[in-house]
Amino acid sequence: MNKQVKITNGEPADLSRRAFLIGTAAAGVTLGYAAIPGSLGLDKAMAAPAKIDPSVWYSIAPDGLITVTVGKADMGQHIASTMAQMVAEELGSNWKDMRVSLSGNDPKFNDPMLGALITGGSWSTMMNFDAMSRAGAAGRIALTEAAAGMMGVPAAELTVRDSVITHAKSKKSKTFAEVVKSGKVTKTFTPDELKAIKLKTPDQYSMIGVSVPQLDIPFKVNGTAKYGIDTFLPGMVYGKLVLPPVRFGATVKSVDDSAAKKVPGFIKAVVLDDKTGSTTGWVVAVAKTYQDARKAADALKVTWDHGPNANVSSESLLAEAKRLQQKGDAGLFFVKNGDTGAALGTAAKVLEAEYTTNINIHCPMEPMNCTAHKEGDIWHVHTGNQFATRTGAIAAGAAGVDPKYVVLHQAWLGGGFGRRLDGDMTVPAVQAAKAVGKPVKVIYSREDDVTMDFSRPLTYQKIKAGLDADGKVVAMNHDVVSAWPTKRWGIPDFLSPSVDKKGALDAFTVNGADFFYSVPNHNVRAILNELAQSATPSGQLRSVAPGWTFWAVESMIDELAHAAGKDPAQFRIAMLDGAGDNDGGAQRLRNTLLAAMGLAGYGTKKLPKGEGMGVACVSSQERKTASWTACVAHVAVSPSGEITPKKLTVATDVGTAVNPDGIRAQVEGGALWGLSLALYEKATLKDGGIEQTNFDTYTPLRMSQMPEVSVHIIANGEHATGVGEPTVTVIAPAVANAVFNAVGARVRALPITAEAVKGAMKA
Amino acid sequence: MPNLNINGRNMSVEAAGDTPLLWVIREQLQMTGTKFGCGAGLCGACTVHVNGEAVRSCQTAVSEVAGKKITTIEGLGAKGEHPLQKAWVAEQVPQCGYCQSGQIMQAASLLAKNTNPTKEEVVAHMDGNLCRCMTYSRIQRAIMRAASEMRTASTGTDRRNT
Repeated sequence: MNKQVKITNGEPADLSRRAFLIGTAAAGVTLGYAAIPGSLGLDKAMAAPAKIDPSVWYSIAPDGLITVTVGKADMGQHIASTMAQMVAEELGSNWKDMRVSLSGNDPKFNDPMLGALITGGSWSTMMNFDAMSRAGAAGRIALTEAAAGMMGVPAAELTVRDSVITHAKSKKSKTFAEVVKSGKVTKTFTPDELKAIKLKTPDQYSMIGVSVPQLDIPFKVNGTAKYGIDTFLPGMVYGKLVLPPVRFGATVKSVDDSAAKKVPGFIKAVVLDDKTGSTTGWVVAVAKTYQDARKAADALKVTWDHGPNANVSSESLLAEAKRLQQKGDAGLFFVKNGDTGAALGTAAKVLEAEYTTNINIHCPMEPMNCTAHKEGDIWHVHTGNQFATRTGAIAAGAAGVDPKYVVLHQAWLGGGFGRRLDGDMTVPAVQAAKAVGKPVKVIYSREDDVTMDFSRPLTYQKIKAGLDADGKVVAMNHDVVSAWPTKRWGIPDFLSPSVDKKGALDAFTVNGADFFYSVPNHNVRAILNELAQSATPSGQLRSVAPGWTFWAVESMIDELAHAAGKDPAQFRIAMLDGAGDNDGGAQRLRNTLLAAMGLAGYGTKKLPKGEGMGVACVSSQERKTASWTACVAHVAVSPSGEITPKKLTVATDVGTAVNPDGIRAQVEGGALWGLSLALYEKATLKDGGIEQTNFDTYTPLRMSQMPEVSVHIIANGEHATGVGEPTVTVIAPAVANAVFNAVGARVRALPITAEAVKGAMKA
Repeated sequence: MPNLNINGRNMSVEAAGDTPLLWVIREQLQMTGTKFGCGAGLCGACTVHVNGEAVRSCQTAVSEVAGKKITTIEGLGAKGEHPLQKAWVAEQVPQCGYCQSGQIMQAASLLAKNTNPTKEEVVAHMDGNLCRCMTYSRIQRAIMRAASEMRTASTGTDRRNT
């Protein structure tokens, strides 16, 4: 397994037959997947694929076209293009020669750090930068040595640029295409040799840091990009879901298809038998066309037992969260530093506050869908997905086969935002296809997509913090109560041991609460709301925990600053002193905050009555994978509490900017996502079901609601960080803090409503 | 069996008259550039032109458009060379890209009548089109860029400020 580079020639560039093979075995954290309880087949798929196959990252065809195969889901973050850009920098190729292709669920393309096909966490660039760079460099070295032989000159005298290898002295040159065609490229690399390759230093970059055009954009403006929903297979029929009124826990009591049978084209009603636990009580109406399937679904009379969650509501989830938080022994410690009890006991001033967020729905513009087809022993599953390793296994569980019999065909994702980490849509497609013996395309209606989302959970947080006589924060107790989305996956390696080793907690519910401020006595408890876990199976929504933890932390820090009689921005800067473990990160966050303050003109001008600026700064995502992001929000608030966001100034320290314009696009979108969650998006549970169904009741931000967004990228030569999510998390607290500075109203619940602002103004 | 004229081609399709045009275009004719987003006229992903007007194809019964001139993203510019498509690339608008066919078709119906829109006119015209990636500022910029190019092409000079 240590032949890392293998080069052949004369074959077209596709996944099965490669002209030029480059692999890498970058060592790193690998996740050994243990059993997933109750999920037929899943344990087998997850059982220790841990060893990283020396993968095939890219190929160079004899015509010189370089195709990078990307194990990452591309949901609009242009990660495929970014991976190609990292390869191209070291390979020395011309950008116009670069192409990308998407891998399916073949473990060959596992993430070199994560050991699985998973896309999320704003991890992709940072975790693949080294591997892609080395793959590119290995290719350059192999091509150069072959070219040296062809030209009869020393390899050391060759330079590589724009896919051409040149010998300056003799004025000889060879294109990559000529070298590949020659068949002379035979070099292999051992893992140690790969590791020993000296990569370029930032001053040598000619491709990293350049806003080259994203490779996936041309086909997204003429309708030719293929998403999962665009799959067509010969003989394919359609499935439309018939869903119970509760989100989770229903069972089908009876199905009367007598009226459906009168619908032309109706084939069958399929009641799902889902042992993967992804769905409950779902029925699929299968018919010849989608229109027939919709009519048949409407005509089916299904009765359900609504199950154990039939009476659960947002109110009862919140009440349960509050009950749990009050229990002294609830939850597990994520942070436990010093003695908060003693410090709070002697503090000069103690503040206590509750912060909440409502349920939020992903709503990618492409509703969930899947086309499944069995050919021989193999199940082919066509869908766009962020977690092909797990989703392939769920499809296998639905089919009742070993996961090795499932091939997932990846497509471009019509939005992901974490929704497509889940694999529920494979279950109706596979089981319907099995029942009718034909390929079946299942398309969720928007109503299906909204009501059966793996939503961002309702969260309840309580923070108690103490100031000393000098106005310094000496203690903080922070409790976070929520459903645990990542625990739901049933993959133990995605959980983290509590700091006192008393159990495993879902860090994806508390990340961010372990901030970079210096607080000598600091506890964070992660508390699982079992009722929410059962009634509202939650998912990872763009930015996951930092989307709520920083809402609480950055609001409370502001409240503490005001209590101490200090400017909230200066108060933060003082707390970002870089003491102890915070060294490095704290200073970067401080600098980013200062940059945003300067760019926004914070504190430099008197604002009209009813207007205010508020700051927030965040180290999303995880502490170890943070980008440093700060926002100054400028809002106007009317006497009736209506908020008009006027400007969001965002600075973000990304270390190394691979594609600055791509980063800018992510930060622009992330800022508006954050604003949308802060002001416009709210879902509610009633009688166990999500009440909102479509974009009339669940209302993401539209163009007319967009304020000016000013984005500033700090690239200071540190390692590349991720940018897809962090900005989402900084907006809500910055806006709430701005509202307070504008009209003195402190709102602690998301989304922030005019009623809440007005109520807080009176208080 | 309605007869449709799509992108200048006459087609006959087998579909009940109440079938939304969207599903005929997408699933029967397999012209997948037009997207399904909400099925309720709330997001604009399915926008096509009927006799030059932007309509939501998910809310348009196929029987209503028989004999009318239907244009989809595939028919907007012969080779993706419509000024809007070029501007969309120049401004690097799409992220996931799923809503962008609808955005471009919606924008095209504005520029067909007014190649010198104000920002307010653009927002008013585009507000029914959701972009979940929230590429709105780039959409605005691209529309202004395309408008400018169309004015230049039609007059030889950019008269934006007149």
